[in-house]
Amino acid sequence: MNKLAGREGFSRREVVVGAVVVGGALSVGCSPADLMSAGSKVEVGAFGPFIRFEPDGFVTVISKHIEFGQGNHAGLAAIVAEELDADWTKVRVEQSPANAKLYGNGALGAQLTGGSSAISNSWEQLRKAGAGARAMFVEAAANRWNVPAGEIVVKDGVLTHASGKSAAFADLMADAAKATPPANPTLKDPKTFTLIGTDRVRRKDAQAKSDGTARYTQDVHLPEMLTAMVAHAPKFGAKVESFDADAARKVAGVVDVFEIPTGVAVTARSTWAARLGREALDVRWDEAKAEKRGSAEIAAAFRDLATGKGPADQKWESFGAKGDAGQAAGGSDAFEAVYEFPYLAHATMEPMNCVAIVDGNHVRLVHGSQGQTLDQLNAAKIVGTLPGSVEIETLFAGGSFGRRATFTSDYVAECVHVAKKVGGGKPVKLVWTREDDMRAGHYRPLVAHAVRVTLDKDGMPATWRHRIVSQSIMKDSPMPSKGVDQTAVEGASDSPYLKATPVVDAQVAFPEVGVPVLWWRSVGATHTAFVMEHTIDQLARKAGKDPVEYRRALYAKAGANRHLAALDLAVEKAGVTAATGWTRGVAVHESFGSVVAQVAEVKLVDGAPRVGRVVTAIDCGTAVSPDQIAAQMEGGTCYGLSAALYGQITLTDGAVDQSNFDTYRVLRIGEAPSVETHIVPSVAPPSGVGEPGTPVIAPAVANALLALSGQATAKLPFVRSA
Amino acid sequence: MAASLDVNGKTVSVEAEPDTPLLWVLRDELGLTGTKFGCGLAQCGACTVHVNGDPVRSCVTPIAALSGAKITTIEGLGGAHPLQQAWVRLDVPQCGYCQSGQIMSAAALLAATKSPSDEDIDAAMGGNICRCGAYQRIRAAIKEAATSAAAPVVAAPPAAKEAEVEAAVDEAVAAAAGATSRVQRGEVR
Repeated sequence: MNKLAGREGFSRREVVVGAVVVGGALSVGCSPADLMSAGSKVEVGAFGPFIRFEPDGFVTVISKHIEFGQGNHAGLAAIVAEELDADWTKVRVEQSPANAKLYGNGALGAQLTGGSSAISNSWEQLRKAGAGARAMFVEAAANRWNVPAGEIVVKDGVLTHASGKSAAFADLMADAAKATPPANPTLKDPKTFTLIGTDRVRRKDAQAKSDGTARYTQDVHLPEMLTAMVAHAPKFGAKVESFDADAARKVAGVVDVFEIPTGVAVTARSTWAARLGREALDVRWDEAKAEKRGSAEIAAAFRDLATGKGPADQKWESFGAKGDAGQAAGGSDAFEAVYEFPYLAHATMEPMNCVAIVDGNHVRLVHGSQGQTLDQLNAAKIVGTLPGSVEIETLFAGGSFGRRATFTSDYVAECVHVAKKVGGGKPVKLVWTREDDMRAGHYRPLVAHAVRVTLDKDGMPATWRHRIVSQSIMKDSPMPSKGVDQTAVEGASDSPYLKATPVVDAQVAFPEVGVPVLWWRSVGATHTAFVMEHTIDQLARKAGKDPVEYRRALYAKAGANRHLAALDLAVEKAGVTAATGWTRGVAVHESFGSVVAQVAEVKLVDGAPRVGRVVTAIDCGTAVSPDQIAAQMEGGTCYGLSAALYGQITLTDGAVDQSNFDTYRVLRIGEAPSVETHIVPSVAPPSGVGEPGTPVIAPAVANALLALSGQATAKLPFVRSA
Repeated sequence: MAASLDVNGKTVSVEAEPDTPLLWVLRDELGLTGTKFGCGLAQCGACTVHVNGDPVRSCVTPIAALSGAKITTIEGLGGAHPLQQAWVRLDVPQCGYCQSGQIMSAAALLAATKSPSDEDIDAAMGGNICRCGAYQRIRAAIKEAATSAAAPVVAAPPAAKEAEVEAAVDEAVAAAAGATSRVQRGEVR
């Protein structure tokens, strides 16, 4: 690959071949890093790709992961600072360039922030980086002072020796840079951590995000930059048939109007002019290949499939089989339930946007890139260059929740198309309005579940039949999974309840629908946690047992000790009784390697659920940043509750009904619960935090409503306006 | 056409049609990008600024309506307002995109109500969406700022911060005059 580095242009065929190689490499589990980083111009300093020492005494930690709220920059910096024994108040965080070889996600290969993996995949890597740099400073000091390295103490960025000698990182950095980086630096005994696990680990971006200076894609202004808006098809799969741009071109500030693969682009000298120009466009759409079904039709078809009334030729895939499947269909007095979940929009605060500069074969992207490797690959395909030569400056993003990592880099690719047409190295900022964002698909899939469970003489599950019907998220992936698309079944396939059930027949079907779908904070757990946890409460009720005791018995049977510990901690911290007038519901779910248990206090206000106190326990392995873990439990709970209460994207004849926050209602401050977070002590490596707090609240609320009224919840959201 | 606005204590002249929303004049013409675009329909509050001290959604406020009005943006709050200090102390922001609007709504609340109740906060902040769900810390930070703002030691903004306000306003004026501001050059992050 090295001989390719530095070449400026590549033929279309070479790039297509490259893309196939990347896809192939990904599918057989090899790292595509060599290809992806070819042409890259990243300079790595003496202390490796993650740490830079500054003359002003600060340590810059270089994050390969984007920060869009999860607080990972604080945690990543703390891991380095801990092993380095740096002064935490003199640590900065900088976003890395795009380079899969240096900055690939250890869990995924590609440079991508997702799967709640930022801290967990960086844990060993950054501990070694910090410890290695520390060893280089110790070596430098030992040589300068002529003392044994073992006698040197490092604390808060200062090296000292009993003889009275002392030097700060800044004093020694030139010498240390010449030391040999140790291949296997000695890591600290976690018992000696002084920063990790303490409340001193705080966000480094709170000031900039409180005074308006934090820089997002929307804020990028470059000389000669044009702002672009694109008129998109009203239905998924529709194409431009023809358009009349005369009126649009007459709008003051509009520069050009042209067709791109996703619609008709208007470029202008300001955002407002672009918007007025787009409004003046007259576009006719060819809907021959568009998805024209409404969401009610799609939901009905999914329910039919789940309940055995669908087409006989539908393909089904097993995600769990134990014992005799015939038994799971038989038996009397079975518990049966059908659940339905709507499409959900991510609805980040900052609508999708991107800045692209295309000059011949050279591409530079400036945006909140969640999947740098994907964005490089997709941009390179459009322009005809090598992926690794696509430069990306990753900025803060105003939320993502999964939305900014798509296999097609949808809005990034759209921006590159516009910038390619503009050409000449002129910057283009693509701006989506809220309406563009909400109607662009990439939703959490619409999903139906059908569950049938029989109980043994002790009231415990004896047979469990489970059907899931969903669109496949991974279908269009360049990284096709072997076997079942886990994103549709995770949380059910690995459930301790199925483990504790002797006979299981669990299958999933993936019908084709023309609505683009995508992961949405906590992915499969957004529906599987609800189905498993709400079903368990109904089974406990049927068996005449307390739902907490019922879970404890199942966890004991399944050997699910972490579930048990999290449940016990949440129940203990919640105390014996709910506040007067409130009813409790409990739910427990494992996702992204972490187990979250919640006890939610709920009451009905004007017929709608209101959630008050939510006691949360999480086992996320080693807690790097307890305050950020609490923040993610608070925020994740709000995100899950917002969807559970109000979230639904519906379609009429293929067109999305919602357009803005007036029609896609989200949680507001007066409806937000008070979340208490308790962390299960653990010495295991860190596991996920960003997503596991999201899926537990909906079943906890449903279980509280079940206890309150005896009514189960078969369909979300809870509040559905006419 | 040229219009005159009073932004963060300075009179600025901008080239924009009278029906242009203030949001886009602040962001695209003056380089004051702390005020955010979220919905364009006054549904989310990310674009909240003060007009004569009242919280206003700049995305639906045409500049024609603002002749003679005193406009304050997040940049005009100076960076060390008791609310901003409380926001930092409690690590309120997550993605941070809504926080300029949250803080401007909260600042208007505290200016009118020294010790807001939970109900006061719900009413004043109900128009500001936070998709990260930082609501519980927003509430706590408003209460903390209300307490600290009452204490004389931090009631007066530090002199250095006044200089920063001046600098921010100078930026706006420079931008309006056609100069390239630091924000526009991408040097301020």
